[in-house]
Amino acid sequence: MNDTMSRFRTMTGHRLFWPAAVLFAMLAANTIYRPGFLSIELKDGHLYGTPIDILRLSAPLILVALGMTLVISTGGIDLSVGSLCAISGAIACMYISKQPDQSSIAVVATALAMAMGVSLVLGAWNGVLVAVIGIQPIIATLILMVAGRGLAQLITEGQIITINSEPYRAIGLGHALTLPLAIFIALAAALLVAAFTRRTALGMIIESVGGNSVASRLAGIRSGRVIFLAYVISAACAAVAGFMMTANVSSADGNAAGLWVELDAILAVVIGGTSLAGGRFFLSGTIIGALIIQTLTTTVYAMDISPQTSLLFKAVVVIAVCLIQAPAFRARFTRRRRNAPPPAPVADKPKEQVPA
Amino acid sequence: MTDSRPVLTMTGISKSFPGVRALHDVNFRLFPGEVHALMGENGAGKSTLIKVLTGVYDTDEGAITLHDEPVSFSGPMQATAAGVSTVFQEVNLCTNLSVAENIFIGREPRLFGAVRWGEVRRRARALLARLDLDLDVSAPLGSYSLAIQQMVAIARAIDIKARVLILDEPTSSLDADEVAQLFRIMRQLRDEGIAILFVTHFLDQVYEIADRITVLRNGGLVGEYLTTELPQLSLVEKMIGKELDVLEGIEEHSRRDLATLEEGTPLVAVSNFGRAGAVEPFSLTIHAGEVVGLAGLLGSGRTEVARLLFGADRSDGGQVAVDGTASSLRTPAQAIDHGVGFCSENRRAEGIVADLSVRENMILAMQAARGWLRPIPRRRQDELVDKYVKALNIRPADPEVPVRNLSGGNQQKVLLARWLITEPRLLILDEPTRGIDIGAKTEIQKLVTQLSDGGMAVLFISAELEEVLRLSHKVAVMRDRQMVAQLANDESLDADRIMQTIASGSHREEADR
Repeated sequence: MNDTMSRFRTMTGHRLFWPAAVLFAMLAANTIYRPGFLSIELKDGHLYGTPIDILRLSAPLILVALGMTLVISTGGIDLSVGSLCAISGAIACMYISKQPDQSSIAVVATALAMAMGVSLVLGAWNGVLVAVIGIQPIIATLILMVAGRGLAQLITEGQIITINSEPYRAIGLGHALTLPLAIFIALAAALLVAAFTRRTALGMIIESVGGNSVASRLAGIRSGRVIFLAYVISAACAAVAGFMMTANVSSADGNAAGLWVELDAILAVVIGGTSLAGGRFFLSGTIIGALIIQTLTTTVYAMDISPQTSLLFKAVVVIAVCLIQAPAFRARFTRRRRNAPPPAPVADKPKEQVPA
Repeated sequence: MTDSRPVLTMTGISKSFPGVRALHDVNFRLFPGEVHALMGENGAGKSTLIKVLTGVYDTDEGAITLHDEPVSFSGPMQATAAGVSTVFQEVNLCTNLSVAENIFIGREPRLFGAVRWGEVRRRARALLARLDLDLDVSAPLGSYSLAIQQMVAIARAIDIKARVLILDEPTSSLDADEVAQLFRIMRQLRDEGIAILFVTHFLDQVYEIADRITVLRNGGLVGEYLTTELPQLSLVEKMIGKELDVLEGIEEHSRRDLATLEEGTPLVAVSNFGRAGAVEPFSLTIHAGEVVGLAGLLGSGRTEVARLLFGADRSDGGQVAVDGTASSLRTPAQAIDHGVGFCSENRRAEGIVADLSVRENMILAMQAARGWLRPIPRRRQDELVDKYVKALNIRPADPEVPVRNLSGGNQQKVLLARWLITEPRLLILDEPTRGIDIGAKTEIQKLVTQLSDGGMAVLFISAELEEVLRLSHKVAVMRDRQMVAQLANDESLDADRIMQTIASGSHREEADR
């Protein structure tokens, strides 16, 4: 009895427990409401079903949130990722649309390389503003958040660029090994970022800079370079997410692509357990966070919640998730239960009179 | 000048925090029309006494009377209302608001809920005129110097018919002219009959302005003296709390001769290093295997010297030579490349990264020097960490716990390990033994001796003269942000002479050639 209790406590104490529990609870609620929710079927060699859809649709968010995790861990924030998605998608689609053979692999590869190159430059711009010039991250990236939408419009000349490119479409809708390709892309990105940060010392150094920048400087860390790198990685992740978003619809819309994805990404990072104040980061937590957000969106559709109330519904769930995660809130909740019924209020002791 | 009846008395004040007795049976009195300096070393209980007086803390025992009436304030607001105003060390004003707004913020004259701005400005001007200050009261406070801001804070404090004014280290960030300006106002207020309690670490300032001195040490009262009757040397003795004859019998351990040590090229030689507002230009040479002690009172510029040598702050000018070759120490990373390590006195803010584990904190400096692309292999990390956890006796001996869970002494050892792992040639230790228990203290002292025997140069900063004397080959003495002397630690050097140097600032025979 005692043993199971302590094991239970170790389990609930794990940093991934509460995000995973929330995800599980959401899936369970959906299944109760609609028993077929979790069913998966094989059709034409591809797996179909709501869980697969959730995974596929959450791929762009996972990508953006991975980069955001690193930026937040340095103690910063990157608001420009939504605009970067739009820019990268716009460049790729614009280039492809101008080519005679849109389905050529070479054309698509060139388009991706160009778009990625520009995104890296824009990420470097963010990095310079924050790490070299020393502008507050929220302001520095706000510049590109606003200007980037204009840039994307400029690239698409204000039009929605439609393309007909099978290889490009595959980034969003293709399949491999019965599963959507997007899932593998997101997974590969996650493994890549994890290797890049955890196989090198980058992760620890980012956490050190975010955790205590003064002490890190005195330990000889050149924090500017690390912070710069985080913004470049974030931009690269956003670029790939941009490809996915535009490939899903085979068109680039400078206005709508990646709109508000930065907010979802920040939310995913926070749900995953990384503190907005910087320091320790958890890539696996971030992925679960992104899945929670996508499941929530799917739930809203599945439960036929009217569009007018869906945002409110989302907000309520998000607040609940954040509260459940907060140790202070949980402590208060458990204490109150343990102390029930509440003790009678003790009359304030009369203030001690100090003798003259 | 002084009235015969004190405006404020505190009798038998005791205050304990868990594990610490901050104040024990302290008496204090303040007469109208005097400037009364409260002196004591770091941790002597000065700020606790002020916080008890202004109601930030409750007293455990003791009584406070104001104008012969017992009082017990529940907080600074209530104290201020009763005429006891405090200006804290850090100016607690809003630099983006105007001068007038700062003076009246929170208690603006109102009419039907609306602030009467004209009245605010008029009264602010009148108040500043009383202090002989000619300021534009509508200008943002931030456009004025720190000294003026300090005086605006005083203006705010005395507006409320203050009878007692507490100034907690008001001069720590002011230059000489600004201090003079502040003192002029303090004298004026004193002549108006206000009792001023003045806390500072600058001895000269005490002798310039204070009429009376109360000395605290380790939470206890040492005594109350008239400034004219207390020579500077006695004041330093009373603050440090060592009778001279007690210190004289310090054990002589096998200490290598300074002359032998200082043969050959110095490891690090700096000349005319200094930084405006932090420390006057100084020159210092450190040889391999040499322990250089840095003595001086808190705020005398000891830490500033260390930060310049480590590149944490940049020197305004001067030259550096490492191994006889001209080079520069402009950033910590550069200093580390030259083999310099620095344990800050501010463990929490400038030392440990609380989130990271003991292991990560230990390898941080070495990893930073290698760059993130060349991670230290995990096995090597474990070897290094294991070695120093054992060598320094770090508890708990689990390198994977977050460093925040360790006690102060163990955190200090983790920081030491962080630098020892980099195998530095010069290790700067700023108050490495402060706030840690006696066992850890001895271990760290022993370690310093071992390291220097092994050829490492150490710059050892400590407020405890005994410790400095025991470990150093050469002692540099700091006083009022100047390096006033460098004394060879031979038979002729004792705590007495160091204290005299601290007190008088006389340039005794220089050990440095």
